[in-house]
Amino acid sequence: MSASLLDTDPTPIHTVGRLVTNFIIAIGDLTRFLFLTLGGLLGQLPRSRVLWPVMYEVGVRSVPVIAVTGLFIGMVLAVQTYDTLRMYRLESRIGSVINVSLVKELGPVLAATMLAGRVGCAMAAEIGTMRVTEQIDALKALGANPISYLVVPRFLACFCLIPALTLIADGLGMFGGWLVSVQMLGVSDHFFWLYSQQFITAFDVVSGVMKSMFFGAAISIIACHRGFHCGSGAEGVGRAATDSFVCSFIAILVLDLVLVILLNNVYRLLWALGFTVL
Amino acid sequence: MNSSVKSPTLPATAAPVLELRGVSVEFGSQKVLQDISVNVHRGETLVLIGESGCGKSVTTKLLAGLLEPTRGEVRWDGRPVRSRSAREMHRDRLRFGYLFQGAALFDSMNVFENVAFGLRENTTLKDSQIRDVVMERLREVGLAEAVAEKRPSDLSGGMKKRVGLARALAMSPDVVFYDEPTTGLDPVMSDVINELILQTQLNRKVTSVVVTHDMNTVRRVADRVVMLYPLSRVAPGQPQVIYEGTAELAFESEDVRVSSFVRGEAGARLKEMYAA
Repeated sequence: MSASLLDTDPTPIHTVGRLVTNFIIAIGDLTRFLFLTLGGLLGQLPRSRVLWPVMYEVGVRSVPVIAVTGLFIGMVLAVQTYDTLRMYRLESRIGSVINVSLVKELGPVLAATMLAGRVGCAMAAEIGTMRVTEQIDALKALGANPISYLVVPRFLACFCLIPALTLIADGLGMFGGWLVSVQMLGVSDHFFWLYSQQFITAFDVVSGVMKSMFFGAAISIIACHRGFHCGSGAEGVGRAATDSFVCSFIAILVLDLVLVILLNNVYRLLWALGFTVL
Repeated sequence: MNSSVKSPTLPATAAPVLELRGVSVEFGSQKVLQDISVNVHRGETLVLIGESGCGKSVTTKLLAGLLEPTRGEVRWDGRPVRSRSAREMHRDRLRFGYLFQGAALFDSMNVFENVAFGLRENTTLKDSQIRDVVMERLREVGLAEAVAEKRPSDLSGGMKKRVGLARALAMSPDVVFYDEPTTGLDPVMSDVINELILQTQLNRKVTSVVVTHDMNTVRRVADRVVMLYPLSRVAPGQPQVIYEGTAELAFESEDVRVSSFVRGEAGARLKEMYAA
């Protein structure tokens, strides 16, 4: 590029061009990182003494926050929808509204968002600190592959345990919804569960769980990637943690839309083929 | 290479264990190393000196295969590193021990687990055998067995460096890299570390590469000294390696850049700073 072009202030077209280029580079780098992780996964499974502590951190220690979030979201949904449904004398159907929302959307998305906040940020900060303090170089120097040692266990833990966390969020959300609707607002217990049962299909539960697995994979890959590309010092680590959450959250929303469209098409196809049980 | 560069004292016929050939390194737009060539011969202790930011640690990481050059070639035992498969890289890298600048101990593990890490990852030794090796290495660097259960955060700077050295030596390497081993330590502990470097060299007959600013370390451990100059201050067409020779000759160098550095005299730099 000529010096005169570099010297001039960037025009909006330059700025947009630079942003698009950076975005494509970032997506390419993230994809390469994903394939390196999948390669590491195929090469050798992590040792149990490495995997179990990560599983415990991601799975067991996330249960309280996800349970509380699910419970309160169920309760809030009940309060918010009750008045509207009552206007149309449809309050007995509140169970279907709350539980379908939870199982199809809110359960998976909320569990993933909480995981991105609690676990993803911690992963980015931990790996970022390891990078800044040369611990990742030390891993290499001691004959360990940093991707296999650090990323693969975290990927596995998020991918395998987020379905359980989603089901916990779903279950506690339903309980919260039931608690407010039936115990506080006087909706019939029988109709609450009857309409829930009628409106929730097995496919809804399975698609929610499947979506959560993609969310879990995205959270772990983004968090570890940000950690590995962390800038220097405390500021770099803080930025890696923040970027990890922001990017994970956007990825969850984008993946949610794409997967909803995809799964709806799959549902129509299965229905057309006669899989009515779904 | 610059005419002021001295000849190495070791026989030129000895095959280099590690070799950089015309290597350049750039991080984005930042150039760190430009066209440098460095050889490390079997059994020698090469000390890399130079101002902060001149690329000493980067050079060491290139030699250890922890970084890839932007241009040029890194060779181990005469064979390019790039020609090695991942499996060969993994096997050959185990010949190296690396003491990092801040020790780089794993925070999530205690001292025992840190020292045992390489053995657990790369050998089929039983737990009892690993324990014996770890305790032996800790004794070798003058640490009591009780330290084994401590976390890195509970250790002083000198203890961290010694644990880092024990970890670097756990796999009985042929080549040991020391990145600023005495930085941040008191004079007595610095001397302890220098003594440990010498003892390691004597007892294990290892090849050593030491990065340091500490001229006591240079005097005590160096067989050969290589001095790098920051690329931002290198005149166009001039080499970045401004000295290669013995420690004694470095102190007698007529090149003001070398002599002022080894004597710790700000001199011309101070004038430049004020002028800027």
